[in-house]
Amino acid sequence: MAEAQNIQFKDAAARLAESAPTPPGQERGDLEGEKMVLNVGPSHPATHGVLRIVLELDGEIITAARPEGGYLHRGDEKIAENFTYTQFIPYTDRLDYLAPLANNVAYALAVEKLLGIDRQLTPRCQFIRVICCELARISSHLLGVGCYAMDCGAMTVFLHTFTEREKIHNLCEALTGARFTTAYTRIGGLSRDMPPGWVEQCRKFLNEVVVNIDETETFLTRNRIFVDRTQGVGVIPREVAIDYGMTGPNLRGSGIEHDLRKAHPYLVYDQLKFDVPVGSTGDCYDRYLVRMEEMRQSVRIVHQCLDQLPGGPINVPDGKIVLPPKDRVLTRMEELIHHFMNVTQGVNAPPGEIYFGHENPKGELGFYINSKGGGTPHRLKIRSPSFVNLSILSWLLPRHMLSDVVAILGSFDFVMGECDR
Amino acid sequence: MTALELAQQLRAKFPGLISEPVEFRGEITFKVSDAERMPEICALAKAELGFDYLVDITSVDNYGDDPRFTLVYHLYGYGHLCALRLKADVSEEKGEAPTVTGVWRTADWHEREIYDMMGIRFRGHPDLRRILMWEGYPHSPLRKDFPLAGKPTDVPQVAFTDAAPLAGGPFVTIAGGKDAISREPRVRIPNTDALETNARLERRRDTKEAHGHSHGPGPIEPKQ
Repeated sequence: MAEAQNIQFKDAAARLAESAPTPPGQERGDLEGEKMVLNVGPSHPATHGVLRIVLELDGEIITAARPEGGYLHRGDEKIAENFTYTQFIPYTDRLDYLAPLANNVAYALAVEKLLGIDRQLTPRCQFIRVICCELARISSHLLGVGCYAMDCGAMTVFLHTFTEREKIHNLCEALTGARFTTAYTRIGGLSRDMPPGWVEQCRKFLNEVVVNIDETETFLTRNRIFVDRTQGVGVIPREVAIDYGMTGPNLRGSGIEHDLRKAHPYLVYDQLKFDVPVGSTGDCYDRYLVRMEEMRQSVRIVHQCLDQLPGGPINVPDGKIVLPPKDRVLTRMEELIHHFMNVTQGVNAPPGEIYFGHENPKGELGFYINSKGGGTPHRLKIRSPSFVNLSILSWLLPRHMLSDVVAILGSFDFVMGECDR
Repeated sequence: MTALELAQQLRAKFPGLISEPVEFRGEITFKVSDAERMPEICALAKAELGFDYLVDITSVDNYGDDPRFTLVYHLYGYGHLCALRLKADVSEEKGEAPTVTGVWRTADWHEREIYDMMGIRFRGHPDLRRILMWEGYPHSPLRKDFPLAGKPTDVPQVAFTDAAPLAGGPFVTIAGGKDAISREPRVRIPNTDALETNARLERRRDTKEAHGHSHGPGPIEPKQ
C-alpha cells in the first residue's frame, strides 16, 4: 500500500522565487517595508460606481487606504438653493438612485417639517409613503445583496435578486409613471393616487419576494465560500461605528439597535409592528444578515399597510401648499391665484431651520434646511449615509488582505450618487 | 431627559458662552459666541452629556452679513435619543475654525467638505484636502457669490471647466437667475450665455422702471 504523500501545490510566483537565486544584497529582509501603491477605481466593478481608493500595500496586506470621491459631484445643494422646494424633488431621485422613492419621501418630510405640516398629512398619503419607503428598501437590499454575492464570486444570486427587483420597478411604474426617476412625492402629498388593482399586484409581489429571499439565503447564508470570505472580515466594533457616524444596516450590523423608524417614528411607523435586526460582531457577514432580515421586516410592514390602507384624499387640503385640482383652477379665482403663486414662487416657507433624518435603505438620509422665508431654501444640506459610511474606510481597510477590499466594499452597500451629491 | 434639559446643562457649564436655546419645530438650537471654544464644548457634550454621535457638520453663507459664515453642528446621543444643534459664526477675514476631529472621527470628512465647498479652514485637521472638487480647484462653489452656472477655471488637465454644454439651450432653464422670470428659457437673449442674459435682463428692467413701465422682461428680441 502506497504511503500517503503530503503534496504541496505552489503557485507560479512561489516556484519562480524558489528557482531564481537570490541576488546578493536583495534578501527577504530588504524587501520588507517596500510599499506598493495601488489604485482601485474610479471605474472598477467592486467600487459600485465611481469611487477611487488609493491603497498602500505591503505584499498583500493593506497598510494605508485613502478613498477619493467626487467623481459624481453635481452640485445638488447649490441647485437646491436656486430652485423652489417642489422643483428640487426630481433631484432627490438622483441621490440614492437605487431607492429613489425613499429619497422622495425623506425630502418631502423634511420640507413638511419646516412648514409644520408633517403631522397633518392625510392618512392615506402616510400609508402610501410607508409602502414606498419599504418597497425602496427591499429593492435596494435586493441589489445590495445581489451585487455583494457577485463581488464574492456568486453570479447566480445577482440574477436571482434582479428578477425580483424588476417586479418592484413594474410596481413603481404603475404607481408613479416611472421606473427609476419616480419624483413621486409632492410637498404635502403625492403626485397621484394608486392605480386600480395596484394593491393586489403588490400583494402578489410580496408573496413572491419572500420565497426569493429564502432562496437567496439558501445560496449564501451557509455557503462555505461566502462565509469564509465575509465572516471575521471588516469587523467594526460598536464604539468605532458610532465614532465614525455609521448609520443604517452598517451600524446595526455592529450590534447597535438604532432605527429612526423606531427611535423617532415618522409617518405611521408607530402603528406598525416590525423588528429591528442587529448583528453581533460587526463583520461583513453580519451586515449581510441584517439586510436579509430587514427585507423580511419590510415585507411585513407593507402587508400591514395594505391591510390598513385607508381611503380619502392624498393631499393636504391647503391650496397654498399643494396645487389645487385643475378643474377648479380653470373655474375659480382663488384656486387660480394659489396655482399661480405655487408655480411661480413655490410654497411660502417660514424662516427657520430644521433637520430631518430619515431611515433610508443605506442609512440616515438627513436634510438640513435653512430658510429665510419664501419659496427657496437659503441653504439645503444633504447628509447622505453613503458619504459618512465611506469615511471609515481609511480606518477599516488597513490590516486586511487586498482581496478583502472587494468583500468589505460590497458589505457597505454604498451608492456614489448619494455620496458625491 | 429631554433635549432642553441637556441643553440647559451644557449651557450652565459654559456661562456666557452659549446663548439661550431656541426651539423651532421641536429642535433645540444654540449659538456659541466663540467658534474657538467649539472643540471644548463638543468634548464635554460627548463625555458628560452622552452626545456620542455627530450627525453632521455643515456651513451656511450669510452673504452680505457680518460675520459671513455659520458652522452648524448636529449632535445626537444613542443613550438618550436627544438631538442638539450648535451654531458658531466665522468671519470672512478669519475663515478658520478649530477642528473637532479629536472628539468624533466622523468630523474628518464633514470638515473637508466644508473646506471644499465653503472655503473655511479647520485648524488642526489631520488631512485638510478638497473632497468633492479636484485638488487645485480655485473656487468655493457653495458660497453665495459663486454663480450657479459655474466659473471657468484654467486647469488644462480637467476636461470640463466651462459651463455645462447644454447651458443656454432653447429648453434649458437659465442657471443663476434670481427669480422665475429671469430663469425662463424663452426670455433668453440669443448668442449670449446665461450670465450675460441675466445682466441684460436686469439692465432692461432698470430702464423700464426709470421710464415708469411695468415689470417683466418685455418682448423677446427677434432672432437675426
